[in-house]
Parts: sequence; C-alpha cells; structure tokens
Amino acid sequence: MSTFAHRQPGELYESQKLAIWYFVVAIALFGAQIIFGLLLAYQYIDPNFLYQKLSFMTNRTVHLNAMIVWLLVGMMGGVYWFLPIETGREVVGIRLAKFIWWVIVAGVTVVVLVYLLVQIGPGTAFTLWFINEGREYIEAPRWADFAIVAWVAVFLFNVVATTLAARRITGLLGVLIFDLVALGALYTAGMHYTVNVTMDQYLWWWVVHLWVEATWEVLVGVVMGWSLMYLLGTPRKLIETWLFLEVALVFGTGILGLGHHYFWIGTPEYWIGLGGFFSALEPLPLVAMVVHAVYDAGAHRLHTINKPAMMWAVTQAFGNFIGAGVWGFMQTLPQINMYSHGTQLAAAHGHFAFFGAYVGTVLTLVYIAVQNIGKRVQIPLNSKLWPWAWGLLVFGIIGIVASFTISGFAQTMIERAELGSTWNAFIKSYTHPWYTNTHWWRFWMGMLFLLGYVLLVWDLLTIGRRRTANAAEGAHD
Amino acid sequence: MDYSWIQIAVAAVFLSVVITLVLSRGYGWLSPTFWRNAAVVSSLIMLFILMWLTFDTTEKVRPGASQVPTWTVINHEIGLTWNEEKRRQVPVIGEQTGFFGKVYSPEEAFALVNKGKMTLQSRNCMECHQILGNGAYYAPDLTRAWLDPWWEERVMPMVGAKTHEEAMKVWLMNPEKYPQGQRRMPNLHFTDEEATALVAFLKWMSAIDTNGFPPRFGVAQ
Repeated sequence: MSTFAHRQPGELYESQKLAIWYFVVAIALFGAQIIFGLLLAYQYIDPNFLYQKLSFMTNRTVHLNAMIVWLLVGMMGGVYWFLPIETGREVVGIRLAKFIWWVIVAGVTVVVLVYLLVQIGPGTAFTLWFINEGREYIEAPRWADFAIVAWVAVFLFNVVATTLAARRITGLLGVLIFDLVALGALYTAGMHYTVNVTMDQYLWWWVVHLWVEATWEVLVGVVMGWSLMYLLGTPRKLIETWLFLEVALVFGTGILGLGHHYFWIGTPEYWIGLGGFFSALEPLPLVAMVVHAVYDAGAHRLHTINKPAMMWAVTQAFGNFIGAGVWGFMQTLPQINMYSHGTQLAAAHGHFAFFGAYVGTVLTLVYIAVQNIGKRVQIPLNSKLWPWAWGLLVFGIIGIVASFTISGFAQTMIERAELGSTWNAFIKSYTHPWYTNTHWWRFWMGMLFLLGYVLLVWDLLTIGRRRTANAAEGAHD
Repeated sequence: MDYSWIQIAVAAVFLSVVITLVLSRGYGWLSPTFWRNAAVVSSLIMLFILMWLTFDTTEKVRPGASQVPTWTVINHEIGLTWNEEKRRQVPVIGEQTGFFGKVYSPEEAFALVNKGKMTLQSRNCMECHQILGNGAYYAPDLTRAWLDPWWEERVMPMVGAKTHEEAMKVWLMNPEKYPQGQRRMPNLHFTDEEATALVAFLKWMSAIDTNGFPPRFGVAQ
C-alpha cells in the first residue's frame, strides 16, 4: 500500500461516501453526454432527423451542459475523496455539503427537463432567468447560476474549514484554495446581460477560457497530484514542486492566453499579438505534465496498486498534451485562426482537449474510489475488461477527432480561404465530399465510444469482485 | 494605449522572472519554494495586466468608440472596404437610408437592438450558428449576416420581399418554408417585433470592426 494510505479497507469517511455519489452522477451524465452527442452526429447525416422536435440546438445544449457538469462534479468528487486523507480528518461541514449536493442534483434535473421540454422562450429577461441564457457553455438559466455559485461556496467552505481544523496547510491544499476562489469568482463574470455583444463575449470568455484553460487545469494538477501519491507513492515534495511549476506555467501563460479569444470579437488589435504569443506558450505546462508522468511512472517501473487508474492517469498526461496542446496550438496563431476559427476544427480541438484533460482525470479518480468501496480492495486492482473499455474510448475519440479535423480542413479551405465566408460558401463547404464523408465515420466512431462507455460502466460495477468470488470458491473447495 | 503588445509581453515575462529570482534568493531552482514563488508572482502579474487591459478594452468597445458602432448605425448603409494600411477589411458606414422605412432615434435604436440581443439569446442561436466566430458549427457564422449577398441574390426573390430587411424578417419568421441547403433552420416562432429587432441586432453587429474576421468576406466566387 502506498504511503498516501486510506483508512482500513472498506472503511470510508463521510466525505468519501459523498464523493461516491458525485462519481455516480458524473458517470451517469457522461452517458447522457454520449447519447446526445450521437443524436447530433446523426443529425449531421440526416438533418431532418427530429427536426423541429429535438433540433440540433437542443441536443447540443444538453451535450455541452452534461459534459461541463459531469467533469466538474467528477473533479469535485475527487477533492471530497482525497481531502480527509490529506488532512487526516473528516471534512468540516459535511452535512451542508450533502444538503447542497442534493439541491444541485435536483436543480440539474429541472434545468435539463426545461431544456428538453420548453427549449426556447420569448425574447425577454424571463427566458434568461428561467429557461435558457442562450450563451454557449453557460446556457444555464440565471436562477441556476446562483445555485452553482452557492454550491462552489459551500465546497470552498468545506476545503478551507477542514484545512483550518486540521491545522495543517500543505502545498496542495494551498493551491486548491487559491484555485477554488478564482474558479468561483470567475463564474460570476458570466452572470450578466449586456446588449453590447463584444463586451458580452469579452466577459463570457472569463468563464469559459479561464475555467477550462486555467482554473480547471490547476484543479486537475491538484487531484492528479493526490492520485499519483496514491497510485505510485510519489513523494509529496516532488508532487508539490511539480504542482507549483504547473501553476506558474498555467496561470503565467493562460491568463493572457485568454487573448486568443479576443482576436475577432471587436476588441482592440493588441489582443492579436498578446493572445497569439501567450496562447502559443500554453502547451508548455502540458509538456511538463507529460515529462512528470513519464518520469514518475518510469521511476516506479509502472508498479502501481491500481492498473486502470494508472492507465487513465498516463492517458490524461498524453491526452491533455495532444488534445489541448497540439490541437490547440495548431489553430491558435492568429494568421491561421482567422481562417480556421469557428469551423469544425474548433470542434476537433474541443473533443480531444476535454477528453484528454478532463475525462482522463475523472476516470482516474473514479477507479481509485472503486478500489476502496466495500470489500473490493484488490492490490493491484485489475480486470480483463478495463483495457477493452479504455481502448474503445480512446480509439473512439481519436476517430471522432480525426473526422472533425478532416471536415475542418475542408471547411477552412472552401468556406474561408476560397469562397469568402458567406452563407453560400458555408453551404458549399458542408456539402463537399471531404466534409460529408466524415459524417458516417463520426457516427460509427461515436457508437464505438458508446460501447466503450458501456464496458466502462460494467467494469466499474464488477472490477475487484472476481477475486473475492474466487477466494470464496477456493475456500469452499 | 501607449504600449505595443510586444512591450507588454516582454515586460510581463521579464517582471515575472526577475521578481521570482529576487524573492527566491538562496533557494535552488529545484526547490518547491522557488516554484511556489514563481506561481504566485506570475499569476499576480498576469492578472494585474489583464485588469489593466480590461479597462482599456472596455473604453474602446463602447458603442461609438473605435471598435463598436453606435446603435443608430441601423439607420445607415453598411459595407466592408479593403483598408490598405491594415491589409484587411474594415466596416464602412454610408448614408442614412432608414430601417424598415423609419429613422430611429438613439433611444429607439438602443431599445430595438437590445430587444434583438434578448431575442438572440432566448432562441439559443449560438447553439447552431456562430456569433463573432463563437458558437456551434452547424449553421453559418452571423458576424456579417446583414452583409451577406445571399439575401439579395436568392432570398429576396424567393420570399417576394422588396427590401433587404424585409427579406431577412420574412425568412427568419418562416425558415422551414424556404430551405437553403440541406440543413434547415427550425421555426423559432419569432413575433413580428422580435424579428424586426433581431434584424436590427444583426445589422448593428455587421458594423463591428472585427480585425478582418471572417476573412475575405464576400470577395471570392
């Protein structure tokens, strides 16, 4: 067992029991994200499919929101899982944490039902408060925004109060608190209505970019740091040094890297230079993470106590670098972005980056938790099924990303470079064979991804139980 | 602003490195203390610069300032012209022609564009289209929608409209009747007032200086 040990096998803190609920809901929403993604993929093939009933816009809203919520919930679950181990005590305010959790689950259910059943409203503030805010990624109506802020506030209180009660601040906890303050504060930047669409998007990116390209990346750094201490027994000093380096590079490049979203929204020209320069450096921390992962895994000769979690951790390091770093860099320089921005290439980057950076992280955390539930403590945790789930999910996402990339190249060339970016140019691009051929490809790769998800769920429910059964049979014999 | 982006970038990196080195005297570059200092210093410096630039940007994107047009631009002809100095297209505001046969006062124009923005959000337009290049990728970018030659070439004769704005309005209220390409826009049940306002918003947005995006708009065949 690693030095970063849990309590006795099967004996969980209340906070860890709550973490399991976080993971259950996260995995369920992951499934919803995939189903709605498949509906979208099919609507690319047949635009008349569910037209005016469950139109593309509605499916995409659910696809995106399910993703954001499940990934955030998964990472928060990771914090609830490791916090009592880090501080050596039960989390302070756990009853409040449980209460707000079920409020959030109920809230998410209501929001999704309104998305699906009501879909749109009149052009008044009522719609923005109660149906849909109409701003991609943060579509949640305003009342839900307040619930989300309250939720993050309770979460922050749990972390700070537990740290204070434990009278022990570690580097990891310091970074976590610093990051959560920023994460919560940034969300409020997206809770305003303004008629000036340039200012609207200026602040909208404070949530979208400064979440996924800054505060979320640091949150990943914290929970992956704990995961490596658990999985490999990596020394704390090494983890914390790397984490500080990550924060220096992520915030050092990512805060002004925000400028790469300010090239074309009506903001001044200096953002083209600043955004291009700093966003081009954003892959640096991701390279550092790969170096760290390879170093750590090599130093321990891949001896781990949990095989699937280790595999997802390594996948996270490489996936984050390739999906966020390489696919992002490919289109971040303004000279290229002017042509590729807002095409299928952006979707290619989005899919690859979210999968690599965040899906990898949450699945690492979920497998760590699974190892410690009930009597399943098996060392090392292993099964015959998880490599299949892993392989199908990774192969599926690569296929989906490849199809988006190729249609993105076609769209960039035909719509933007050749035909002058008009409505007609757009139609000419999406009816070109290079574009249409990827539709079916995308759909079937999505089906493989779904199969990977089904195997993943099956594996999570069964992994570690077989040995117990074998042992019981052995005893019987 | 008095500083170029290169000066800002160099200053940001230089200050982060120097202050980190000064604060970390006596610590090796492999120590956690060195990197903790680097993390705090770089975060604060970048945050400070972001705040400073936000004040500057906020001034420049006020309607009527250098980047974003006033609301009454909806009363005028709008076009794009090649700026040889900047080597890109910039919006040009032409003579006053009115909008739906009326000249809007500044207050009326603001109210109309505001209604258009509310309508845009309430119908979740970004979930298929892009607004200033951001959104989903299923339907055309709306940044320069008002200036699209498709309205005059194809939609006006198709819906039997006499003016550009009327063609947009009729089409927006009945997209399922007049399909363009394979992907059809659903009927989002705009009221007459909402459709007028949405067209006003799109016209106003077409006059924002977007640093040349989308590229070569309407130039090629």
